[in-house]
Order: sequence, then structure tokens, then C-alpha cells
Amino acid sequence: MSDPTPLSAADVAKVAVLARLNLTDEEVERFTGQLASILGHAADLAALDLSALKVTEHPLELINVLRTDEVRPSLDRAEVLSQAPAVADHRFLVPQIVGEEG
Amino acid sequence: MSARRIAAEVAAGNRRATEVVEASLAEISTHDGELHAFTEVHAEAAREAARGIDAAVAEGRDVGPLAGVPIGVKDNICQRGRVTSCASKILDGWRPPYDATVVRSLEAAGAIIIGTTNMDEFAMGSSTENSAYGPTKNPVDHSKVPGGSSGGSAAAVGAGMVPLSLGSDTGGSIRQPAAFCGVVGVKPTYGLVSRYGLVAFASSLDQVGPFAQSVEDAALLLEVIAGHDPLDSTSLDVPAPMLVDRLDDGVGGLRVGLCRDLIEGASPEITAAVTASAELLAAAGAEIVEMSIPELHYGLSAYYLIAPAEASSNLARYDGVRYGLRVDAANVAEMNAASRTAGFGDEVKRRIMLGTYALSAGYYDAYYAQAQRTRTLIINAFADAYRSVDLILGATTPTTAFGLGAKVSDPMEMYLSDVFTIPTNLAGHPAISVPAGSDAAGLPIGVQLLGPALSEERLLRAAAVIEKGRS
Amino acid sequence: MAELPDDWEMVVGLEVHTELATATKLFCGCANAFGGEPNTNVCPVCLGLPGSLPVLNEKAVELAIRIGLALHCQIAPSVFARKNYFYPDQPKDYQISQYDKPINGIGHLDLPDGTRVLVERAHMEEDTGKTTHLGGTGRIHGADESIVDYNRAGVPLVEIVSGPDIRSAEQARRYAAELRSILIATGASDGRMEEGSMRVDANVSVRRGPDAPFGTRCEIKNLNSLRSVQRAIDHEALRQVMLLEDGQAIVQETRHWDEDAGRTQTLRSKEEAYDYRYFPEPDLVPLAPSDEQIDAIRASLPAMPAERRRTLVALMGEQATESQADQIASVVDQGIDRYVIAAAAAGVAAPLALARVANELAGALSDGGHLDEDTMVVLLQMEEAGEVSATQSKAVLADLVADGGGDPRAVAKTKGFEQMDAGALDAVLDAVIAENRDAWQRYVEGDDKLTGFFTGKVMAATKGQADGKAVNAGLRQRRG
Repeated sequence: MSDPTPLSAADVAKVAVLARLNLTDEEVERFTGQLASILGHAADLAALDLSALKVTEHPLELINVLRTDEVRPSLDRAEVLSQAPAVADHRFLVPQIVGEEG
Repeated sequence: MSARRIAAEVAAGNRRATEVVEASLAEISTHDGELHAFTEVHAEAAREAARGIDAAVAEGRDVGPLAGVPIGVKDNICQRGRVTSCASKILDGWRPPYDATVVRSLEAAGAIIIGTTNMDEFAMGSSTENSAYGPTKNPVDHSKVPGGSSGGSAAAVGAGMVPLSLGSDTGGSIRQPAAFCGVVGVKPTYGLVSRYGLVAFASSLDQVGPFAQSVEDAALLLEVIAGHDPLDSTSLDVPAPMLVDRLDDGVGGLRVGLCRDLIEGASPEITAAVTASAELLAAAGAEIVEMSIPELHYGLSAYYLIAPAEASSNLARYDGVRYGLRVDAANVAEMNAASRTAGFGDEVKRRIMLGTYALSAGYYDAYYAQAQRTRTLIINAFADAYRSVDLILGATTPTTAFGLGAKVSDPMEMYLSDVFTIPTNLAGHPAISVPAGSDAAGLPIGVQLLGPALSEERLLRAAAVIEKGRS
Repeated sequence: MAELPDDWEMVVGLEVHTELATATKLFCGCANAFGGEPNTNVCPVCLGLPGSLPVLNEKAVELAIRIGLALHCQIAPSVFARKNYFYPDQPKDYQISQYDKPINGIGHLDLPDGTRVLVERAHMEEDTGKTTHLGGTGRIHGADESIVDYNRAGVPLVEIVSGPDIRSAEQARRYAAELRSILIATGASDGRMEEGSMRVDANVSVRRGPDAPFGTRCEIKNLNSLRSVQRAIDHEALRQVMLLEDGQAIVQETRHWDEDAGRTQTLRSKEEAYDYRYFPEPDLVPLAPSDEQIDAIRASLPAMPAERRRTLVALMGEQATESQADQIASVVDQGIDRYVIAAAAAGVAAPLALARVANELAGALSDGGHLDEDTMVVLLQMEEAGEVSATQSKAVLADLVADGGGDPRAVAKTKGFEQMDAGALDAVLDAVIAENRDAWQRYVEGDDKLTGFFTGKVMAATKGQADGKAVNAGLRQRRG
């Protein structure tokens, strides 16, 4: 596994957008240094040849954990909505959604 | 007084749960103003629950193995209708509409949740300084940190405000503060205790576990919270372990590996405490084998990619839409970002950034996948080791409790305090930190015992030998 | 506009999402129900509340495997993954889906005309909540605020991804229609596009001829009827051709089909596309259905539409006519081919049975009525034996369906549909001919158009009780 390219401030700014965090220029600079230091520590992993090993997806070896298709009680709507920052017409109210879609 | 004795006396009608609760509340009001182990004390609810226990005893009903025992619950374990905030501004005031499975188990066992305990925000930290509620202090020395992230739970037990508490351990968050506060802390096998209702930090690593003043009490609490939960797909469908009844069975015939890689870098006093503990085990009939698992050195690096990656996804839901903090903005995307920016502290942001980066296009293989392969490497190395030893002994931490504020400016320095505890989490194995003396400054030292999956009974037996040998 | 100009060819692949017909959601016990009061079928899991954990629904797995087997897919050990993106209808801000290890791998779907379309995968995932836009136009653009209902969040979906094998909008419509029939036949879905239980996205590109490399594609969303699928793809392909002929480039983007305006418009360009950061879902364990389980599901699958169509074609005896082929496709699509098979087995002429089932019975059942197969067979036998006329048969059928069954002979008697005896019909025929001598003369001289005129007169005189076939036979006999 080759050493990935070093982290830049531009990478950090891009990642902040993906993570929906607003960072000031000062924070971008600080995080770039700190994250580069942590990733630098991870360089010892990049040096390992682990190609023969599988990727651990779970610490357990469980498979096929399933439940029966039986209806269980739902939550009380008033209790659920009481925690919401904004509600309209028994639904969660959010500001304008701008040109995006899942 | 021990939890086991309290429960026995309450169940026998020799002591009233209401008195136990009042005594605990009195301790809290004496110490917690200074220590700040609790984020909220549920005095009235605790009194009411205690009256219920006393009434049940009076009526001759079964009251459970923790009848009347006051307990602290970490702020990342959901308690219905009570603020559960993970010590984060983003969940300020959030009252879950449901109980965690472990909370139900506690209540079914007759335990009385007396308060919610402080922690590092979203369990990210090793000092309980990253809390929206402010830091908790070490009960032994108020100028020191209690460790973290379950620092409130450790300090509450260490100060004697409660005999028991629950914490969570993702990379050492139970064992490290247990060592710093001079109490027993257990990180159970992944899947032994339900995670349903534990607010996720890193799902493949998180596990709820007990703090107690004695190995026996830790065993008692672990018996209560262990067991299969159909609401958690990663819960092991195995019989509940029998721990308390086997505690005195000793370590005769057990092979214990004294693991160089879990000692190197520790202070001389901690190293000496590990050696002394090995001698106690040997004196009790265990065979001590010196050993090395060099692969464990990669644990820290792998952990600081895997845990943030999972966390970046687990913490995406704090977006200002359904619960918790919202900072208004012109559109949804800006509202999400404004809320998250205002709601998360620096350490949480750092890990979200790190994890998002490690998973992003072009970097996944180099960082996340490589870290998960390293995890396999460590799992295989442990498996090899456990072919020749039954348990592994090492230090819990490289140092004793450090000063408040000493490491806040250097994240990497803070992360290094988890270097001995992390490998266990990566493997999904159990481990325990048990008190083993103190350093010249009087600060507690903990030693760590590690075992293969579902070896809790053996681990606790060995820990009991060390505990007894020191007293 | 079925044809593209010059030598242009369109290349289309479809992504079809189908909701599974389970009682509960994919990862929790909340009811999987359409409609309902907003935010009433929700719990910690499908609201993504902190601390909640998913547990997989075994019925959803079974239905997903049924779909996979019906599409000849490789059923494989699978792993759920998180698809990370922020959107208010996504309670956890990630969707639990399957990524590099889907439950159903490569398969195929054969269209009625024999074209084979590759199925790349058919994986499981959870649905999102429903967002309603307030203010402005009610559409996403220009809305002031939105409100979210999470009743649909966590409903089980299977996404069926075709290869880029489709070459016309008509073929795309046929693929969607055939897939819909298959989904209904497996019992995995009700296939109701208008309720959103089957949703189609189309990837469309164009190129100059079948040997040219694939062009830049656009994804079209919001195709919620078979008609929209065809119209939108035709429109989009033509839009792309016009841009290219004008020397412009196609921008890879997601476009929204506006059914009322009959056009597509930009929803999101590729620059705004997400980095989904897929990784294995740590809260779930891998899924590895056993060979025994897969075999048992395979054994329980009913015949699929293609096979059922072949059965009916075989029943028609000689080569089925084009209109019969349409009728066959239609009855199989509606799941009423069993009536034809039952009638043929009881000795009724298959073409008659097919015609009555495809037209009269389909019409009568379209309002949600019910009729058992034996009753339909008896009615068809009565018509074939001349006990009732075609017109009378239809009236009896309507009554039977309205009552949910009954004895066809008793219904015919109540309605007074006793067949006329031959003597009475002869008398009426002679009277009608006598009253219309001029017309009769032209009919005898070969004006066949007058058959209908005389039949109508006889039917009117007998108040519809005469058997049409007997009337025709009588007219031909007298014509000489």
C-alpha cells in the first residue's frame, strides 16, 4: 500500500463541506496540521503488506441475525414531535431545500 | 459499603433502600459541587424508586440482585424522559422517548439510577475535559483529570458517592478512568452487553461496562447487564455468564502472559505494579510467561482511522431537523452546518473531519480498508497468543492521572494515553482494569488483564486474586 | 416521436425501486403502511434516534430473494453498507443499503419480444421519509419551507438495476411493464406505480449508431407511470440529439421529468454529486442465505409471466394472432390467465375463453370485483353451447361479479335469457325480411354490410334473446 498524498488545507476545506461543518480559515489551518499529524502516525500502517488479510467488518463472526415480520407499537407522536426544533402540520419543519436530492 | 452487601441487606429487610439513597444523595451533595461527576442528579425519582423497593420487600416480593443499590449512568445511555446529551451542546435538552436495554436491566434488578454522569463529548476523549458541562475532577487529587471518556462514572465510584456506575468503552474509556480513579472497570466482550440505547461513537468498538469499588461488585453488575438482546443485531446469543459465584476459584493452573508490548513506555512505578501483580498471580498458582505481541503497536493507528470513520457517519444525524440544537439559516444545508458547527466541540469536529476524510473517494483503501486489515492482523495475533496463554497481563495506562489542562492542546499526546487499552477493543475482547497501588504522588495505578472473547469469568477471577493480594 | 433522426440511437438503463409487501419496515417493527397520519408509524430505529439499532426483517429478505430468483440472479452472501449523504428525509443522514456485496447479483429479464435485458443487481435498501414543499409552487424549486413525515422511512425496498441494454423508449416501457408483472407474480410487491410502490429512474444517452461508444448520460427521475417512462425517455433522447447536432455537449446530470409540461429539467449536476463514503454497516451482520433456504423459496415461486404467456399461446392451437397476443399479454399482466386455463381444461374453445376473459371479465373485475374460476367456466360453456348469446353472457357476468359469484344458469333465468327455440327465430327472420324487401335484395346481391342491419332488426324484435350465431346462420341460409 503506497503512502497517500499529504493532507492539504484544500482537502480539509472540502471535507468540512462534506461533513457539514463551517470552519474558519484559522480552524482549517489548525485542523490541517493536527489531522496531518494523526495521519502521519498512520503511515506505519501504509508500510505494512496486508494484502493477504481480509478486511474485518465485524469483530464478531455472526451471520443472519433476523427478526420476524411482526408489527410492534410505534412511538407516541406528541412525544416524538416535542423534541423537534420546529414542527408544522404534525411534521418536522425545515427551511428551504436548495436544488439537491437524494 | 459494597453493592452486594447493600442489595443483600435491602432484600432481607435489614436496611431500607430509602436510607441507602439518602446516604448516596448526601455524599453527592458533599462532594459533587467540587468534583462534578454528575450532569444531573435524579433525587426525587431515586427516592420514589427506593420507596417502591422497600414496599416490595415489605410485601415479600422478589426485588432483584441490585435491590436498592444507587448507580450512576453515563450521559450517553438513553434514559426515557431524562436529558441524555452525551455532554454535547448539540443534544442539549434531548429527552429520549425510550430506555436503553441496560437501563431496563438495571431497573429490573432493583438498582436505583441516582444520577447521570459526566463524560467527554460523544465519548471522544481521555480526560472528561471535552464536556459541554465542564470538566470532572479526579477524586484522589482535584488538580488531576479523572480520565475519560467515562470520567464522571469513575469519579462517582472513586469518591464513594455511588457504589456502582455504568460507562462505555470504545478504546479504553472505562479502563483508563478506572485506573486513574483507583476503581475497578470492565470492558466486556463485544456483544455481551446490549448496545441498544447506547448513543453510538464507533459502533464496531463500543461496549457498555461496569465501574465498581471491588471486583465482586463489578461482577455483580456485569451479570445484571449481560445477556442477549434481540434489539441489537450484534448481541451474542449466549447464556448469561455466572461470575460472582466463581470469583473465589483462584488462578491455579492458568497461564498468564506478561505482555512486554503492554508495559513498554509505562512509568517505572506502573511497571513495578504490573510486576507485583504478576507475582501475586504466581503466588496463587498461575504460571507467568513473558511474551510479546508486536502487532499491538499498530492498534493506535488503526483505531484512529476506524473509530473516527464510524463516528463521522454515526454523528451525521445531528443535523438540527428532528431533535437537539438548531441554528437557523436560510436553507437546510446551511442550517445543518450552522447547527453542527455550534453544537460540536473541537475534538468531535476533529474526529468527524478525520473520519470523513478516511472514508472519502480516493482515500478509502489507503486509510479505512488498510486500518480494517490491520485490525485483522491484531485479531490474528491475539488468537495466536491465546493458544499459549489463558490471560494477558499489562498496564492499563502509561502514566497515572495527568493534570487538568495538561494535554488539551495536543490531540496526539492525549490519544497516546489509550495505547494499552485500544487493542482489546479492536479484537472485541474483554479486559479489566484493577487497582494495583499508587505512585509516589499518591495517584492510583491500574493494571490490566486481557482475555479472549467471553473469558470474563476467568478475567474476574484473576483480578480478584490481585485485589485480595494487595489488601 | 418514437424515432430519432438520422442514425442516432438511444442507450437506456433503468433503475427500478420497488417497495416490498411486508407487514413491517426493514429494520424495525413499525407498520409498513401506505398513507396514514403523518409520523405515526415511527420508532427510535426508523427515526434514527441516538442509540437505536437496526434489526433485519426476515420477510424482506425472503421477498428480495424471490425477486432475485424470478430475475435469474445469482443469490449471494451480502453485506449492508451505509450510503452517507445529508438530506432531511433521511433520518440518520445515511441510508442503509447494499453496495459491493448485494443479495442478488447478475441476472436477466426477457421481454415478450424475446429481447434479453441484463439485470446487473437487485439489492436491498431502506426507503426515505416524505418531504412536502410549502409555499412557492409546491415543487422543490421556489419552496419557502418543507415538512417531513417519516412514516415511509425504513420501508423495505429492492432496487433492480438493468444493464444499458435498452434501445428505445417503447422497449423501456415494456421492460418496466414486464418487471412490474414479475414483481406482482412473486408476491414481493403490489407494483402500484401511482402509489409509489414501484418507482423508475432512467439513465439515457445517445450515440451515432450501434457501434459508436456510449455518450454522456443523464439520469431522469420521477417517472411514476409507464406512460411517463416512455414519454420522458423519448423526450430526453431527442433533447440530447438536438444539443449534439447543434454542436453542444451533454452535461452529465440528474434531471426531473415534469409530466404536465412534458419535459425534463435539471435537478442536480454532477459537480454537486455526493461522495457517498460507503462503508460496511457495523450495526448489522452479514447475510448468507443457505442453499436449502434458497431452494425452498425457488420451489414456492409460481410461474412467471413469460412462462404463463407461453402456456396460453400453446392453448391457442395454431399461431396466435396479433390481437390474441395482445390479449394474452394483458390477461397475464392482470393475473387473470388462470380463468382461460381453467376454461380450456374444461373443454371450452381457448380463443373464446381468451377473448371473454381479456375483455368482458377484465372489465368486470377492474373495479375490484371477484369471481371464482368454476363459475366463469360454466358461463363460457353456456355461451359455447348456445344457451345464452354473447350479449346475454356479458350481462350475466356483470351480475355474477357484482354479487361475488352465483349460479350462471339461475342468473340467466332470472334475467329472462331463455334461448329462443329455432321455430320462433325462423318466424322473426321471415317477418324481418318481409318488412325490408329492398335491403334484402341488395344483401342477396352481395352487400355484406347489411348483415349488421338485419342482425340488429332481429335482435330488436327479440329484445336481444336471439343467439347472434343462430341469426347469422339463418340469414346465410335464406340468402342461398
